[in-house]
Amino acid sequence: MMLVVKNLKVSYGKIEAIKDVSFEVPDGKIVTLIGANGAGKTTTLRAISGLEKCAAGSIEFDGKNITNMEAHKLVPLGISHVPEGRKIFPTLTVRENLELAGWTLKDKKLIKERMEDVFEVFPRIKERANQLGGTLSGGEQQMLAVGRALVTGGKILLLDEPSMGLAPVLVDEIFHQIVEINKRGMTVLLVEQNAAEALDIADFAYVLEVGYTTISGTAKEIAEDPRVREAYLGV
Amino acid sequence: MGSIFNAQQIVNGLQVGSIYALIALGYTMVYGIVRLINFAHGDFFMIGAYAAYGSFFIFNSMLAGKHGSIAFLVLIVSMLAGGLIAMLANQLAYKPLRYKPKLSSLITAIGVSMFLEYFFSALPMIGPSYRSFPDIIPKVQISLGSATISNYVVIDIVVAAVLMIGLTFLVRKTALGKAMRAVSQDKDAARLMGIDIEKVIGFTFLIGGSFAGAAGLLAGMTYPRIFPYMGIQPGLKAFIAAVLGGIGNIPGAVLGAYIMGLAETFASAYNSLLGEGIAFAILIIVLLVRPRGLLGEKVADKI
Ligand SMILES: Nc1ncnc2c1ncn2[C@@H]1O[C@H](COP(=O)(O)OP(=O)(O)OP(=O)(O)O)[C@@H](O)[C@H]1O
Ligand SMILES: [Mg+2]
Repeated sequence: MMLVVKNLKVSYGKIEAIKDVSFEVPDGKIVTLIGANGAGKTTTLRAISGLEKCAAGSIEFDGKNITNMEAHKLVPLGISHVPEGRKIFPTLTVRENLELAGWTLKDKKLIKERMEDVFEVFPRIKERANQLGGTLSGGEQQMLAVGRALVTGGKILLLDEPSMGLAPVLVDEIFHQIVEINKRGMTVLLVEQNAAEALDIADFAYVLEVGYTTISGTAKEIAEDPRVREAYLGV
Repeated sequence: MGSIFNAQQIVNGLQVGSIYALIALGYTMVYGIVRLINFAHGDFFMIGAYAAYGSFFIFNSMLAGKHGSIAFLVLIVSMLAGGLIAMLANQLAYKPLRYKPKLSSLITAIGVSMFLEYFFSALPMIGPSYRSFPDIIPKVQISLGSATISNYVVIDIVVAAVLMIGLTFLVRKTALGKAMRAVSQDKDAARLMGIDIEKVIGFTFLIGGSFAGAAGLLAGMTYPRIFPYMGIQPGLKAFIAAVLGGIGNIPGAVLGAYIMGLAETFASAYNSLLGEGIAFAILIIVLLVRPRGLLGEKVADKI
């Protein structure tokens, strides 16, 4: 297993955002967490990448217990997190944003190569390489955010609502690229409110409800589950 | 009264501005990266002056007569002293309060400042009284047309300019500089790039403190009198310069500092009390007319 989350609990002060979340992400697969607003999807990803402390439970990554390790130490172990809202550095250029994503890599040539890869995957980003990050459109920022994760490399890609605020064509484009990235060997944990698209590309899925993982199965099973169809697929 | 806007005054104004700029940069960089007004920053200037004073006697006895080398070594020591004490203050006093309400660290900064001033006054080899600062290199007067200036004034302006060019290169071109800008913009995103933000913050204190330390040496040479409270006044003026330029903005701090230095020099030439007060008049006007400062980007809750 690439990632095993067991009985995770995360609180913000007195608010228990995550009460009991457990799930697994097998090597090389795409797993999606779906859930309504405030279900705790973002919090779960933030706990995995070390941005939030876990109050209880454990997180195991690639055979190693990483519970409550610091975020910057998890990056070189292979966790790449594209956060909610993209979090592009607004007054750094696109190129500088990408360069910083290679912060933990010693090999400067590798960073260059990976940046070229990103430019190939997202030609729009290449055209805007010398523009400030803050001047990109929402879709371009999302591409840059995914591009940064590609420069960082890593074994698992955590994606927090990559489709948020994007036009349908761009959503298709981003999802297509996620599948491509996965085919090249990166395991993917995808958080989405856009359940239909997410279930379409995922191997396994978990439903998150107010801090609990409630339903789980293969993406196909989940897509056919009447409870999910009613609550998340609008059918 | 003659013209107060002559070459002599302009050079003097630039010299005062250079010292303010070196101090203001630390205020603005630290504010940019942790949103803290580090009220102890003026004291790093004082520490730089004392480190220069002490190390001068040591280097002078070792390298008697080699003024250039002595001055260079004294500069390094004053920068190290200011920088390391700033880093230590961050590590011991500010870091534990990083994610607590801002008022806690603000009050702590005032505490750190008072602690340093009283502690230095209490140290037997420093003491509370004035000391006269030695001539680190021989003082000469240079006449430029109608103006006569001392070589110290030129040194102040040149050393500050060299340090500021170095800083610009660091912040704009190096990986560490990019990391500093990233941390000041978005700490979570910086952590997700694998950046150890505490290291970058510590480094920012080191740079800011070392610039204040260098300013302490330059001011000590130029106004050859040092004392444990000497950081308060220039610290306050440099803070006002940083606010004038737009706190958090590096070029803004430099611009604000030169404007302050020139304004103060011209005003003093007219009336010395006016010179003392003009900084505060500038502060009030800036806060009323353009609270974000000349180059500041947005109105944020500054403190
Ligand atoms: N910084 C915070 N402080 C306090 N409460 C928070 C904080 N962040 C999130 N919460 C709360 O934790 C719960 C889970 O939030 P989270 O952001 O993880 O949900 P989400 O599933 O990602 O929602 P969305 O789909 O809207 O992004 C919510 O009730 C939210 O209000
Ligand atoms: Mg969310």
